[in-house]
Amino acid sequence: MADTLLEIKNLRIEATVYAPGEKPRDVVIVDDVSLTLERGKVMGLIGESGAGKSTIGLSALSYGRGGIRLSGGNILLNGREIRAAGAATLRGLRGKEVTYVAQSAAAAFNPAKRLMEQVTEATLHHGLMSKDEAEKRAVDLFRTLSLPDPENFGKRYPHQVSGGQLQRAMTAMALCPKPDLVIFDEPTTALDVTTQIDVLAAIKTAIAETGVAALYITHDLAVVAQVSDEIMVLRHGKMVEHGTVQQIIEAPREEYTRALISVRSIDHQQKQPTPEPLLRVESVSARYGAMAKDVLSDVSVELHPGQTLALVGESGSGKSTMARVITGLLPPRKGTITFDGKPLPPALRQRSRDELRELQMIYQMADVAMNPRQTVATIIGRPLEFYFGLRGRKRDERVQELLDAIELGKGFADRYPAELSGGQKQRVCIARALAAKPKLIICDEVTSALDPLVADGILKLLLDLQAREGVAYLFITHDIATVRAIADSIAVMYRGKVQRYGPKDQVLTPPFDAYTDLLLSSVPEMQLGWLEKVLAHRRMTSAGN
Amino acid sequence: MKGIPISALLGLFITGLFFLAALLAPWIAPYGLGQIVGDIWEPSSSQFWLGTDNLGRDLLTRMIYGGQTTIFVASMATAVSFTLGSVLGFTAAVYGGVTDQVMSRVNDLVMSIPTLIFALVVLSVMPVTIPVLILVMGLLDSTRVFRLSRAVAVDINVMDFVEAARLRGEGQRWVIFREILPNALSPLVAELGLRFIFAILFISTLSFLGIGIQPPETDWGGIVKENREGIVYGIPAALIPAVAIVTLSISVNLVADWALNRTTSLKGGRGG
Repeated sequence: MADTLLEIKNLRIEATVYAPGEKPRDVVIVDDVSLTLERGKVMGLIGESGAGKSTIGLSALSYGRGGIRLSGGNILLNGREIRAAGAATLRGLRGKEVTYVAQSAAAAFNPAKRLMEQVTEATLHHGLMSKDEAEKRAVDLFRTLSLPDPENFGKRYPHQVSGGQLQRAMTAMALCPKPDLVIFDEPTTALDVTTQIDVLAAIKTAIAETGVAALYITHDLAVVAQVSDEIMVLRHGKMVEHGTVQQIIEAPREEYTRALISVRSIDHQQKQPTPEPLLRVESVSARYGAMAKDVLSDVSVELHPGQTLALVGESGSGKSTMARVITGLLPPRKGTITFDGKPLPPALRQRSRDELRELQMIYQMADVAMNPRQTVATIIGRPLEFYFGLRGRKRDERVQELLDAIELGKGFADRYPAELSGGQKQRVCIARALAAKPKLIICDEVTSALDPLVADGILKLLLDLQAREGVAYLFITHDIATVRAIADSIAVMYRGKVQRYGPKDQVLTPPFDAYTDLLLSSVPEMQLGWLEKVLAHRRMTSAGN
Repeated sequence: MKGIPISALLGLFITGLFFLAALLAPWIAPYGLGQIVGDIWEPSSSQFWLGTDNLGRDLLTRMIYGGQTTIFVASMATAVSFTLGSVLGFTAAVYGGVTDQVMSRVNDLVMSIPTLIFALVVLSVMPVTIPVLILVMGLLDSTRVFRLSRAVAVDINVMDFVEAARLRGEGQRWVIFREILPNALSPLVAELGLRFIFAILFISTLSFLGIGIQPPETDWGGIVKENREGIVYGIPAALIPAVAIVTLSISVNLVADWALNRTTSLKGGRGG
């Protein structure tokens, strides 16, 4: 194995936890993980949050974030042990032999310096090239990464380029010193799907052209399948499965990997529209404060009782504004909203208690949607008390019923939100909404902050509750896979307008308009060569124009 | 809760001692408040533990009675300033808009006048009684509490759980007292420890200047005033109240720190 670049053997990573009110204790974050990466190969590290994938990635730089200790095993880079290497050795190594691409490029760039200065900084610092050479290389990399106007791109400041471009600029920064290994830490996770595909393609091209080896860290198996040669699946700091991309995708050995691959394959029977819609939004326009432009313009949709309407679109398309308008937090400038046959007063204050009760909301971040100082019983019990006047025993019984309905069972009523996992928190939020016996629940990106398997559980629960309680959902999301799984009708939103609207089967069947086509084709699919196929499809359509 | 840190225990112990002494003053003070029992500025002895003052009264007795007044006035003033300041601050944050602007700017206006001068002016036209003192001190201090609680509440007010409460149709009272207050407690507790000490210093200053507690009543500032000339002759009587103030300040804040730790680390603490 002459070509081995990075070899990690029996790596063990620990950290000390200083839990308040308890003695500090050590926890093992990564246990007995080994991997071998050959020169020029790309390995994908995949797992849910807390799986230790970023920590392992950073260990290739012999770096541990905030109090993390690389406490055991070996990390060999170019045949050299670096786990316990001194600061001077590591300085010589980082930014020269191994470089790093972080998740949030916007947070990683210094807003006060021009891009070129930052892209070439590490190269110049290590004295690898002269300033001219480094800048020439940077321009070449900008070109490879298909950034606009590569000659002058480096003269801009970080705020002058888009998020996707910034992420590519960071890739250029990582590749500039001609490293042996680049660590990509969720480089496309924070981007919209339509942007993600460009960045993904650029990264793939750049890796191929420079022949660099890479560790690609992500939680999205479909993404990693497009760029990697091998995949390692991690869970709770341990290796679950390791193999080539083909083997992992087509013939996974472990149960957990199979679950990851089959995620979002919920079978949902599309329901037919009823004669009388529950919610009718008619030519609504809205704007914030004194803004000169409408955030929503002339939006009309309908939602039928017991069904799900999905609002899809990228960030800034106005889908969350729509939720604010319907809940009354932002009264519309024009247009009317009819709910259950009656016109709904535009502002929150004008609505009666029953109108408020029948329209509930679930938020994206369950963490901040619950008062951290209230127990689960208070959180779920308050709507019962508030709307139905339930108190004491009766209230407690109903709380337990609701907890059972969200599959949490006994022992949760006295807990505080901080003592729940992400998925459990979201379930409690669902129970709170359900407690009001609503006719409509607005779900604002309720699964996008969750790990795929947990999100799957939440979606199944929502569908289950819909079947039992007959509640309708207005489901706001940017994730087409989620939409496929649960929607009855779909509204595709783009720049504050409804681009395409109708029953699910119609919306998802060609012919598409240009934007819907772009959006649908950008969703990574769990198959080999998907990226190439999409890019070829795009070249064809653009050549056709 | 088990495992109170030693610093907090110490703080609790000393603070408790001060408060107990204040409460039980008539029973534990060795002599009467105005009783002249010896010579002027006698050094400490088994008869007079802390010596005597400028008129030959027992200093320990006067310290105990003085502490009673000082601690009572400071506690009441802090209570007034916190009740008023935090309720108004939360209200400003929750209502926002014009209400917030008017309240905040009026508050700025009051804050722009130096507290001590403001107090001197007001007390020179008002009868100096204990309720008036408490009210003046409490009102002036509430401006600081208003600022802090408004700033904290503005942050909490935009969180999703507050929005959820609004969407449920909850009134402002529920939002303020059930959603915001429990989450704003930690910074307020920290401020409470500090404000109490400032109140002690403030009442002492006023008494030292002669417009605070009036004789024959006394407080720690008054004791400093009466005995300040002794310092020239090397007599430490005026320093004893100073030592008492420092000791109480430190111990109260040791307790406040611990309370702060507890409130932030509760299971329901806002994780960062």
